[in-house]
Amino acid sequence: METETAIDSEYPNSNGHDQAAAQVELGRLPALIESLLFAAGAPVGMSRLVEALDGPERREVAAALKALTESYERDGRGLRLVQVAGGYQLRTPHEHAPWVRRLLRERPPRLSRPMLETLAIVAYRQPCTRAEIEAVRGVEADAVLSTLLDRRLVRIVGRKDAPGRPLLYGTTREFLEVFGLPDLSALPTLRELGEAEILGSPELVVDAAGVRPPAVNDEGTEPDGTGAEPPGDTG
Amino acid sequence: MTVPCTVRLPIFEGPLDLLLHLIKRNEVQVSDIPIATITDQYLATLEELPELNLDGAGEYLVMAATLVYIKSRMLLPVPEEEDEPEDDPRHELMQQLLEYQRYRDVAVGLGERAVLDRDVFARDPERLGPPRPGEPAEPAVRDASLGDLLDALRGVLRRLRPPPVHEVPREEISIGQAVERVLARFADAEAVEFAALFAPEATRAEVIATFLALLELIRLRVLRAQQAERFGAIMLTLAVATVAEAAGRVHDLGRWSGEEGQHGDGDRDR
Repeated sequence: METETAIDSEYPNSNGHDQAAAQVELGRLPALIESLLFAAGAPVGMSRLVEALDGPERREVAAALKALTESYERDGRGLRLVQVAGGYQLRTPHEHAPWVRRLLRERPPRLSRPMLETLAIVAYRQPCTRAEIEAVRGVEADAVLSTLLDRRLVRIVGRKDAPGRPLLYGTTREFLEVFGLPDLSALPTLRELGEAEILGSPELVVDAAGVRPPAVNDEGTEPDGTGAEPPGDTG
Repeated sequence: MTVPCTVRLPIFEGPLDLLLHLIKRNEVQVSDIPIATITDQYLATLEELPELNLDGAGEYLVMAATLVYIKSRMLLPVPEEEDEPEDDPRHELMQQLLEYQRYRDVAVGLGERAVLDRDVFARDPERLGPPRPGEPAEPAVRDASLGDLLDALRGVLRRLRPPPVHEVPREEISIGQAVERVLARFADAEAVEFAALFAPEATRAEVIATFLALLELIRLRVLRAQQAERFGAIMLTLAVATVAEAAGRVHDLGRWSGEEGQHGDGDRDR
């Protein structure tokens, strides 16, 4: 419990802090989490939330996240709570896009078919080389890969132990954020890859040519587990 | 790098895409392609190309050759008892098409998702601070990989100032000097964040010399690079007790005093 003493000494005014934290009424938890997520902007992982809340247990936080998610939808609010890139984030609902875009006056990011196809290949086969991508798509991948690198949707994760030591590419956290994926396992499973488990994203189901419908992970469970790790990407 | 020649057939992203289009238009199965029909249509489509650029259209031509080859093999009599699917001359092409189709379907699914900054919007992220020093290391801490370091370098180069309008005699910096400068940073700090190694006014040459120095120091196991969370800040710490020891080790290994070749401990890959 070294962390608790560290926090107390850092904020000397928080008298009875421990007691208050232990008693954060669970009813207030959803609103508290809403504040944290608003302040953060970026996706916040479960452990980070538990640490900041300093008191409520993980499963209580999970329940509050679920309640908050449901209340946004039930009340038709202007925000949605989504699980993305190993964390939780507040986002505007899809239906409000035209108005938000008009306000921001920004051109939406362009995602061409070559970019999407290349991303799909990298996402499933990572770490993979340029030659592997070209073999699947039947066209050169040089230009599209450098666009994806610039957009930070893919990254170089190393070199393959093969003749010429070709660069290996993998997807990034930005990739998960841009496509609203909780983690890589949320991608639909390619039958050929023979993966056993899949979570979330029922809207992504393409039930043809070996893509099978994913099971739904509806519990407010921890998304920032090992599922976010690209296969074989060790540090 | 030369600008890649992109052949823009009306809507096709490559020979496989064109083939899948023809297969769909003919309402046939990928597993049983009427090779003669498809080959004829494929070649006809190529001829419709107004300016067939041989350079860029190479991929389409390779496929055309493959199709003609398969077509010719289909005309040969098939030995009676050999009924293995692999013996079908179309087998390999079929596998390739099916695989491409799978990823193409996934790509369509990705494009239809609620894309950030296009369909859905979030606040610009506040930077969540790194864990406080002295805080027990999170289990997720791992050694930063070369890829992580290159990502971080990309970030530093991106924020470099544009070059000044008039040329100022540039200070040349050797990697040896950069090593000393990097080590000096650890005289009064236990840990230094990666980005903090690079002064905002640093030139590109200085940044690169510093980065190379950093790689060398990590390779020599004088410094450690660690990341608290994936894509988080990279923190550098001394892997030896003191700066003096670090400096000594760099010299012992002879890298910077010009006596190359004394470090034969076989760990150059770190």
